[in-house]
Amino acid sequence: MIKEFIQGLSITFKHLLPGHSTTVQYPKVKLQPSERFRGLHRLVPTQDREKCVACYLCPTVCPAKCITVESAENEKGEKYPKVYQIDLLRCIFCGYCVEACPVEAIEMTGNYELANYHRDDFVFDKQRLLNTK
Amino acid sequence: MTAEMLSLSNAPLLFIIAMAVKILVVFGLTMGIVAYATWVERKVIGHMQTRLGPMLTGWHGLLQPIADGIKLFFKEDIIPTQASKIPFILAPMMILIPSLITIAVVPFGSDLVVNFGGKAYAIPLQITDLNIGILYILAMAGLGVYGITLAGWSSNSKYSLLGGVRASAQMISYELAAGLAIVAVFMLSETLSLREIVALQSGSILDWYIWKQPLAFLLFLITGTAEINRTPFDMPEAESELVSGFCTEYSSMKYALFFMAEYANMIVVAAILSTLFLGGWSGPTPWGPVNLLGKIFSFMFFLMWIRATFPRVRYDQLMKLGWKVLLPLALANILVTGIVVVLQQ
Ligand code: SF4
Ligand code: SF4
Repeated sequence: MIKEFIQGLSITFKHLLPGHSTTVQYPKVKLQPSERFRGLHRLVPTQDREKCVACYLCPTVCPAKCITVESAENEKGEKYPKVYQIDLLRCIFCGYCVEACPVEAIEMTGNYELANYHRDDFVFDKQRLLNTK
Repeated sequence: MTAEMLSLSNAPLLFIIAMAVKILVVFGLTMGIVAYATWVERKVIGHMQTRLGPMLTGWHGLLQPIADGIKLFFKEDIIPTQASKIPFILAPMMILIPSLITIAVVPFGSDLVVNFGGKAYAIPLQITDLNIGILYILAMAGLGVYGITLAGWSSNSKYSLLGGVRASAQMISYELAAGLAIVAVFMLSETLSLREIVALQSGSILDWYIWKQPLAFLLFLITGTAEINRTPFDMPEAESELVSGFCTEYSSMKYALFFMAEYANMIVVAAILSTLFLGGWSGPTPWGPVNLLGKIFSFMFFLMWIRATFPRVRYDQLMKLGWKVLLPLALANILVTGIVVVLQQ
């Protein structure tokens, strides 16, 4: 018992010595999330509009039921999402929407700073999703 | 010219001034250490857990205790409806005050000789030397329990009530073993005055009581840690849940008082431990107060180190350790000490 006691103490003491801290001073220093990180969604634009063809696959597959799509037709007769909304308070960042999309119109970015002061600000509409970098 | 011991009767003015200065310095220093102990603890434990601890307020977070103080004063202070208001407000003070006044009997240096009105007076560097110093310490240590029980009871919350009961049960059981560990020391020293106990140990490091009473030292170390509710014995705060036990319902400055008391208690136990077993202010360096502070800081560092290393014990393990291991060991130690003392005479 004494041996384990001393062993434990020596381990923590070794960490006390300089050079062991791995903390990042977050607001000042930011780490790059990995390629596979699933952060805020982004609607991919193509030429003059968004790529999305309002096929309703992503709201169907979404386990959190947080995507709202309303389709409409534009003057060229193409389907487009008149309304495209993701309620990030409900989203679980599973990425199923991205996998389901047949035209790769939605993808996930490394954006993880999503704090807001009002609930309404967590509802990302089409414009905000298109502007996400 | 030999110095006369300063007392209220031989030089009242000097006595009062000396007393005021001593009280200010000791309590000021204690509160200062309490404030900065919180910073040191966050730093030490931070580094031991491979993170940095506070960094933003001041150089390496040095102004953090001040920022915390300001924040705590301006935080909303909530008193639960139907809480018993007066005990609820008094409880935090009832925990803090006994631990602060215990410091009064700890000697922190050799006598200071001062010339006053053509006569030399020796000012003892100790707020007051009671000839029942140890009993006073034990009595004051016992008072803290009232604060904890009152805090739990008056909060109008079941968590707090259970937390308070649990805490007082723990403190009472460990106080027994702590008291008995100390008994062995004064059987050896044949005095209850802390001043004389230090004097008996002041020859060299080999005169320290830790060599004559290693078991009592160890027992007091463990029971002292348990008595001030430090990890791994911080049951009052939580067993497995994280609801803060007896202080669940407290907020802002009142909550902070509990933690000031915890750190003040650390200082007190460290001071008593150093005084009883490690020669107090005497040795190893020639500067009395520095010695004592060094010993206090080392002990506090040790407690932080323990906290960063070991998980808390279960409540039944705690009780078992207290009653079935520490208490019998303390009694056995008294028996052996008694036999040795009698044989030596
Ligand atoms: S990441 Fe998952 S939960 Fe979030 S919108 Fe896409 S499918 Fe729904
Ligand atoms: S799955 Fe793709 S194309 Fe279909 S609605 Fe969603 S984003 Fe648009």
